[in-house]
Amino acid sequence: MAGVPQPEDRTPEGVTYLDHTADVGVRVVGRNADEAFVRAAAAVFARMVDLDRVAPSAEHPVSICSDALDGLLVDWLGALLAEKDVSGLVFGRFEVQIAETADGYRLDGVAWGEPIDVSRHRIGVEVKGISYLGLAVRRERSGETCAEFVLDV
Amino acid sequence: MSELERVAPTEWRIPKSGSMRVPGHLFADEETIAQLEADEAGRTEWSALRQVRNVASLPGIVSASLALPDVHPGYGFPIGGVGAFDLDEGVAVVGGVGFDINCGVRMLATPLDRDEIDGRIEALGAELYRTVPAGLGSKGKLRLSIAEIDEVLREGAAYVVGRGYGEAEDLAFIEEGGCVGGADPKTVSNLAKQRQFGQVGTLGSGNHYLEVQVVEETLDPVAARVYGLAEGQVVVSIHTGSRALGHQIGQDYLKEMARASEKYGIPIPEREMVCAPIRSPEGQRYLGAVACGANCAFANRQVLAHLVRAAFARICGIAEGAIWTIYDIGHNNAKVEEHTVAGEVRSLLVHRKGSTRAFGPGRPESPEAYRAVGHPTFVGGTMGTASYVLRGTETGMVRTFGSGIHGAGRALSRKKAAKRFWGEDVISELAAAGIRVWAHSKRGIAEEAPGAYKNVERVVEAAVSSGINRAVARLRPLAVLKG
Repeated sequence: MAGVPQPEDRTPEGVTYLDHTADVGVRVVGRNADEAFVRAAAAVFARMVDLDRVAPSAEHPVSICSDALDGLLVDWLGALLAEKDVSGLVFGRFEVQIAETADGYRLDGVAWGEPIDVSRHRIGVEVKGISYLGLAVRRERSGETCAEFVLDV
Repeated sequence: MSELERVAPTEWRIPKSGSMRVPGHLFADEETIAQLEADEAGRTEWSALRQVRNVASLPGIVSASLALPDVHPGYGFPIGGVGAFDLDEGVAVVGGVGFDINCGVRMLATPLDRDEIDGRIEALGAELYRTVPAGLGSKGKLRLSIAEIDEVLREGAAYVVGRGYGEAEDLAFIEEGGCVGGADPKTVSNLAKQRQFGQVGTLGSGNHYLEVQVVEETLDPVAARVYGLAEGQVVVSIHTGSRALGHQIGQDYLKEMARASEKYGIPIPEREMVCAPIRSPEGQRYLGAVACGANCAFANRQVLAHLVRAAFARICGIAEGAIWTIYDIGHNNAKVEEHTVAGEVRSLLVHRKGSTRAFGPGRPESPEAYRAVGHPTFVGGTMGTASYVLRGTETGMVRTFGSGIHGAGRALSRKKAAKRFWGEDVISELAAAGIRVWAHSKRGIAEEAPGAYKNVERVVEAAVSSGINRAVARLRPLAVLKG
């Protein structure tokens, strides 16, 4: 039956949604960790809204540290999901810079978005959080960074 | 790796091996076991059998690592997993409760029967869609300050009753009276509270739902009569939990308990199994936070029940007070309970992940009106299939620490379901079968299509045939609200 395309039809670049019996598995690949983390954020919000319809009118900075890249990923995505609930914003564009520190890693990132508008954003299912099960961030032989994680919906 | 031993038609045993401190006991039918074995053969973390073994390896676990007939892989514990721990030797496990703390079901009974509601389903469903906040971006009608959120966390359903949401009589028919003791709002982060500001009295999305149902058949007429259920009666089930607050508690304590696990030298087989000794400061903090999450969920369902009453009053012309609470019970929890183990009464911390308490007859925890038969439990079906009311048994008390099943689990991934089903088609097909669906997300409907879930009848049959639960009534959906 023809109808309005659902958000999943617009899978962001570098993102693959995986089969997962209960929730949503995600694999993202980027040229480096910065790009992988940007694509991971896009993967999360693309489940909830049509990213192309989210205007970048509000800016939300995120600065976090973690001793490992996989924990950094969970914290980055978790910060964005928390902000969604606190401020009612959904995000469609992201920038990330990751630097190594003496204790691990630091991420300075920005997410741009606007207050959610159910009449315009073509909403999907809310993502509640990121699981540690199946979580991995690794450097591939190609030099690209691959991140895998599961979204709790 | 040990092999499963079949000990009865729907009972299986994993003998102790390796790091396991107790055996695994699974109550499940052959088809479920075959799926679990296939998952394990896939050699990934996503294996319920592996998770049953992991639970069995935790310090202080008592008797066995249990799995009920709706068992499938989860995060940490398997869904349908039960683990009881000695208070002095045992641990409090984040993955034994999960993120959606006290996710559960409130069932409301109406004085209406099917005939009386048939001509009003369309209007009722539309009214519920209009007035019950559900789905991404929805906001609850009750806006609270941080101090008021703390009151919710301390008092649970009673707080919102005091604010005019529902009846004081509801509280006697909510597990724990709608308030788990020991809740300490200081153990919950400000971020968790801020995330919850707009979410008190919201349904959520995913597998959460609000269903108007009809009692199709009473399978245990005595218990059904005790609960106030009759064939043809219209009831309402609300399935939701602690929303963003519960999730943030889970996220916060995964970190804190990871540090605690290392501090106390507890080997962790999987990151979501992080834990701390129950009596340690970290363990007590976590349990204080779990109690807060539980109370938040009770309050959430209480507000939603009030909105349901109001919708029925406007559309069906009945008094709000004419709708009463049959019961409200959670299926993601950890509670201190008394159980008899090897002839000795012991206090244990019982984790139930995707499993409800299902206490048999005579337990003081059941409402007085239900004590002779035990309190009801609820098993959610899909939008297109039956749901069930069950109750616990003496066998269940002995074999599973008084635990019950809660739902069938998925058969298809969300990705496959979204490819196979189209939201509009699912809605049309259900309408043709007499089930009206209102959804804030058509994509969500595709993922939650009945065909994406396992057969709940099989799961109920396995629970009943193993003697751990008893079927009381079968319900059919008439109208469904999804986020």
